[in-house]
Amino acid sequence: MIRRWSAAVVAGLLAAVTVTACGGGDDGAGSGSDDGKITLGFSQVGAESGWRTANTKSIQDSAKEAGIDLKFSDAQQKQENQIKAIRSFIQQKVDIIAFSPVVESGWDTVLKEAKDANIPVILTDRAVDSPDTSLYKTFIGSDFVEEGKKAGDWLVKEYASATDPVNIVELQGTTGSAPANDRKKGFGDVIAAEPKFKVVASQTGDFTRAKGKEVMEAFLKSNPDIDVLYAHNDDMGLGAIEAIEGAGKKPGTDIKIITVDAVRDGMQALADGKINFIVECSPLLGPQLMELVKKVNAGETVEPRVITKETTFTQEQAKAVLPERQY
Amino acid sequence: MNTLVKHRLFWPVAMLVALLLSNLAFTPSFFSVEVRDGHLYGSLIDIVRFGAPLIMVALGMTLVIATGGIDLSVGSVVAICGALACWRISEQGDQNSVAGVLVAVALALGLALLLGAWNGFLVAVVGIQPIIATLILMVAGRGLAQLITDGQIITVNSSPYKLIGGGYLFTVPFAILVALAVTALAVLLTRRTALGMLIESVGGNAEASRLAGIHSRRITLMAYIVAGLCAGIAGLMISSNVSSADGNNAGLWYELDAILAVVIGGTSLAGGRFSIAGTVVGALLIQTLTTTIYTTGIPPETTLLFKALVVTVVCLVQSPAFRAKVFKGRRRRPSAPPAGPAAATTEKVEVPA
Repeated sequence: MIRRWSAAVVAGLLAAVTVTACGGGDDGAGSGSDDGKITLGFSQVGAESGWRTANTKSIQDSAKEAGIDLKFSDAQQKQENQIKAIRSFIQQKVDIIAFSPVVESGWDTVLKEAKDANIPVILTDRAVDSPDTSLYKTFIGSDFVEEGKKAGDWLVKEYASATDPVNIVELQGTTGSAPANDRKKGFGDVIAAEPKFKVVASQTGDFTRAKGKEVMEAFLKSNPDIDVLYAHNDDMGLGAIEAIEGAGKKPGTDIKIITVDAVRDGMQALADGKINFIVECSPLLGPQLMELVKKVNAGETVEPRVITKETTFTQEQAKAVLPERQY
Repeated sequence: MNTLVKHRLFWPVAMLVALLLSNLAFTPSFFSVEVRDGHLYGSLIDIVRFGAPLIMVALGMTLVIATGGIDLSVGSVVAICGALACWRISEQGDQNSVAGVLVAVALALGLALLLGAWNGFLVAVVGIQPIIATLILMVAGRGLAQLITDGQIITVNSSPYKLIGGGYLFTVPFAILVALAVTALAVLLTRRTALGMLIESVGGNAEASRLAGIHSRRITLMAYIVAGLCAGIAGLMISSNVSSADGNNAGLWYELDAILAVVIGGTSLAGGRFSIAGTVVGALLIQTLTTTIYTTGIPPETTLLFKALVVTVVCLVQSPAFRAKVFKGRRRRPSAPPAGPAAATTEKVEVPA
């Protein structure tokens, strides 16, 4: 009996703590849909990287600019937090819900609840695997395959006049993740057209600098003749640059380097001539998202898939934009 | 020859050599070490250099496991110390000032001691199960590291700090020298003083040791503090090697690699017996395995399976019971040892340095 009581008390305490934790994020302004302003509930994945932080900032800033009342919730990389946040948005009767799903599956129930409450949902940055596409209005985010293709296109152009075989090593992202799979595929498809391009080694560097360096060290020893490095993100490229320098070679000259993302440290290396080409994967989708929010709120039809406005950077372009780079 | 095969470290070392030799088939120049750009350069150097942080963490782990405990928080301590040192350096005006870097390193190692003491306090004084007590810091520590880095990757540009994990002294990577020095110190303290015996005694039976007049609490506390400090040094090496601190990924799953290194080295997870040389061999074996995967081009999708297979084989081959079962049929009968006191003495476990 006593044990059951104490269990109940502990459960009660836990619930109280969770409720307080959730309540902390609210601004206490209530539903706020009466003053004519659009209310947007946004559930972010977390703050796991500089990229994500820039993403959050972009959404917050552009909401303010567009005069949209933003209710922001950080899921700390947990799906249950995100589901809780979406349910609380439904209860608060926000006009539109947007979120970056932590994982791909398990969203059907909560998205149906939103649909039943007549609240349109917009996905940002990451997709869900639900077969029922009526559960959300649109998905805005980068096209990772396209990013890989852009990287491949640059390489083909750069080596257009070369006749010798070009030895490429590839640093993949976290095994099985969508960006890693798609960036590898897009790049591979483009370079497959010309037999002179050869990927001599391809390993995962887990998207981190430390692993990027470690794997590149091993590549340099097992493949004495490397012409090009293609890294699925800037961080692995930055780690690899240190490995290349340690081997007494000049990154950017002896080994040409292509990366994806264009975060500040990567752009700095590009401007310094250590990286040759960066394909942008922009976190700054705030303005585009707010445009979509207004359209959806007005009942206009929107494209089911919206690609983030993204570009690519050469060394000269990096020098020009570096001073005003936000992230 | 027979005594060599009987040596406790024979099988781990044999596996390490086999793994190294297997690289030769894919990379003929695998064993070549040259001087390039004024420092040693080669795959073997890489293995020891990247293995150095793991050796450090595993050394601390060996002592904790020898007392019958376990420390799951070392990976988080790695992240915290790297984060604190990089944050401190990034805050100062001149990142290249040696004094500033020393302060940052001292602060980070001080915090590592404190975190180790916290674990030790929970285990030895409060009496919480080690696996639970250190789980607290394992989970909370990642949060603490991200709090320090503000969720970002802190990049520093400091040549004195770079020396710790990525620099060279007398052409040898500095990290290797640090690992060597700490290993030597650990061997000296545990095998040339009574400390090693006291640790094994506490690990064997803490209560009996206490009744025999050993401050078992103090020994346990010390083991966790040393584990914290070792993890702290490893954290500095890892973050210095890439000149940046990543609160999310630095030292992720390091505790598992460290425990594996300790186990491969022949230290009993039940406590009461340990081998520092074995741990070093174990850590090098794990790093060699990782490097082998990169150089032989095993696809990333199957990397984990390959690793698991090799580790399973290593552990099986090391087990005397398994060897006896598998190789019994092939052994010549006459050489079977006679039963009696003579056999009992050879069965006794030797404790090498």
